[in-house]
Amino acid sequence: MSAAAPTIALVGNPNCGKTALFNALTGSRQKVANYPGVTVEKKVGHLTTPAGRSLQIVDLPGTYSLRARSPDEEITRDAVLGRLGGDVTPDLIVCVADASNLRLALRLALELKRVGRPVMLSLNMMDIARKRGIEIDAARLARELGVPVVSSVAVRRGGTDELLREIDNAVASLAAAGVSSWKAPDAGELRGGQREADRLLYAAVRRGGERDVTTARADAVLLHPVAGIVILLAILFVMFQAVFAWARPAMDAIAAGFTWLGALVGSAPLPDLLKSFLKDGLIAGVGSVIVFLPQIVILFFFILVLEDLGYMARAAFLMDRIMGGAGLHGRAFIPLLSSFACAIPGIMSTRVIDDRRDRLTTILVAPLMTCSARIPVYTLIIGAFIPDRDVWGFVGLQGLVMFGLYAAGIAGALGVSFVLKRLIWRHSVGEPFMLELPDYKIPQAKSLAIGLWTRATIFLKRAGTTILSMMVLIWVLASFPQPPEGATEPAISYSLAAMIGSAIQPITEPLGFNWQINVALIPGMAAREVAVGALGTIYAIDGGEGAAEKIGQIVAGQWSLGTALALLAWYVFAPQCASTLAVIRRETGSWKWMWVTFFYMLALAYVAALATYQIARALGAG
Amino acid sequence: MGFRGRIRALAVERAGTGLPGPELERRLIELGFVEGAEVELLHQGLFGGDPIAVHVAHATIALRRREAMAILVSDEAPV
Repeated sequence: MSAAAPTIALVGNPNCGKTALFNALTGSRQKVANYPGVTVEKKVGHLTTPAGRSLQIVDLPGTYSLRARSPDEEITRDAVLGRLGGDVTPDLIVCVADASNLRLALRLALELKRVGRPVMLSLNMMDIARKRGIEIDAARLARELGVPVVSSVAVRRGGTDELLREIDNAVASLAAAGVSSWKAPDAGELRGGQREADRLLYAAVRRGGERDVTTARADAVLLHPVAGIVILLAILFVMFQAVFAWARPAMDAIAAGFTWLGALVGSAPLPDLLKSFLKDGLIAGVGSVIVFLPQIVILFFFILVLEDLGYMARAAFLMDRIMGGAGLHGRAFIPLLSSFACAIPGIMSTRVIDDRRDRLTTILVAPLMTCSARIPVYTLIIGAFIPDRDVWGFVGLQGLVMFGLYAAGIAGALGVSFVLKRLIWRHSVGEPFMLELPDYKIPQAKSLAIGLWTRATIFLKRAGTTILSMMVLIWVLASFPQPPEGATEPAISYSLAAMIGSAIQPITEPLGFNWQINVALIPGMAAREVAVGALGTIYAIDGGEGAAEKIGQIVAGQWSLGTALALLAWYVFAPQCASTLAVIRRETGSWKWMWVTFFYMLALAYVAALATYQIARALGAG
Repeated sequence: MGFRGRIRALAVERAGTGLPGPELERRLIELGFVEGAEVELLHQGLFGGDPIAVHVAHATIALRRREAMAILVSDEAPV
């Protein structure tokens, strides 16, 4: 037993409600970080038991077996075996099982027993099991299994009381870790384990119905070969329309708030240069990024709800064949869908794909999915150049263009993965697609709130660090050197930014980009959304606000439609995000794949923007 | 669709998969496909009826036909 607070590890199958239980036990007293050297999420929390003991809880990645097949599962295995050392070596293992789906969990519990550390089985979601007429003789199960068995309902107040009481009992008399007799089981041992689990199940569990009626009814429609795909597409469409429409009021309010703040600073008795720095550099810059928080929250809301509902696995099932045609694994659907919010969590979640090549393909195309950081740029340009009217009476034209940009990114991703799989990695046979389709569950507000809070904090931290420092840099570039006395041009025309913009002008000229766009593209490398703030700084540096709407009015007057469309095309494909590239390097463990991604995306972006601008010009929109 | 049966054997050599046979066998067992378990075909995909969703002893598992070929099922309807 360690000198510090005893550590409890939560281990269980995927979809067993482990994370909900972790949230219920620790509430807001949790921290998400990474395990050293790998990018597996490390979730550690603290709690105080009814007896007043302070405990540390570790939520380990879900697995069916300690026989690890992916980096996530290796973390679970190594933590449980005490190989990771430090703060995650468990003094007690709590095996979390979905009470209505015990069979595979019992086999895992039998495997965990061999590790030589104290084990306890928690029958989670006991309320759902009872409702479905499943009776579990916990005492009998505990006797047969040889470990304490408790029931828990993570989502109800008091639902973890029994678990906490039993943890208190166990911690009071913790045995030191014994010798582990665990070794990776072969097929025969696994079979034996499952037979034993089935015997326990037969002895201690009485089942009512065969299948969950609600799930069966819902799946009859949602997994229907034709209706299922139509519904999936409809869900995605609603998602994007919602991101565009629902966020509007909150965004307007945030924008107004920053404008007010800027005006306040503008009227303060401060030196002009400092005033310009605060107002045009800091407030306008940060404001024009934070304004997109509502959209990011809405998008993650949809992703988290679909995940908690159990629909994400269905989406993978429906998309497997279509993705497979392009050389992608069905499991790649979830990372790619997450990449619509941000490629970074998307790329990190490719760890659910076991096969290295399938994973690499997914990582390479993930940045082509339209991430939320592109939304500010898309919104700005669409708002400025696409008329706000309805087509066919009910679909907004602006939303339709947005949908088209998303579709272009998806088509690009499918095309690239097709080329990779069919032409470059021709001879490898893909990883099998096998995954459990969990019963549908109503998402819980608390888990959702914690998930959204985590995502929002990550975004704001980025806005507060990377993006803020880039905004300051762009302000410096745009403000120095200062214009000479009696200058007639706007101040920025004399700055460093203008010099850089002009220097790369010959390269971007065929794309229809002017030097202002060139300047905005440079800080946009740090994070795409910075480009909007940068345009604000460039165009409005002598006294305007950073509000996106205002920038829109200015660019609408200064750019041609062809230029605007070319910039949109550029943004669909360009490798405009240094943090994504950094994550690719970390996840693939090589600089090579990072540069491959960078250059192929750059080439695609250049060609797409070139084609767009030249065609638009030929049609008279140049 | 709706086909029911009981798993007779796992014959991994019949699967046209990229995985080595023993590995596929272990993964199938980890998802509950062991001899004697009841299975029912629940859903299939739009193109070529692939992938499929199989109910096996109270859990629903999605997999491709390629790997499912390894699961030999006797078609006597279980009681």
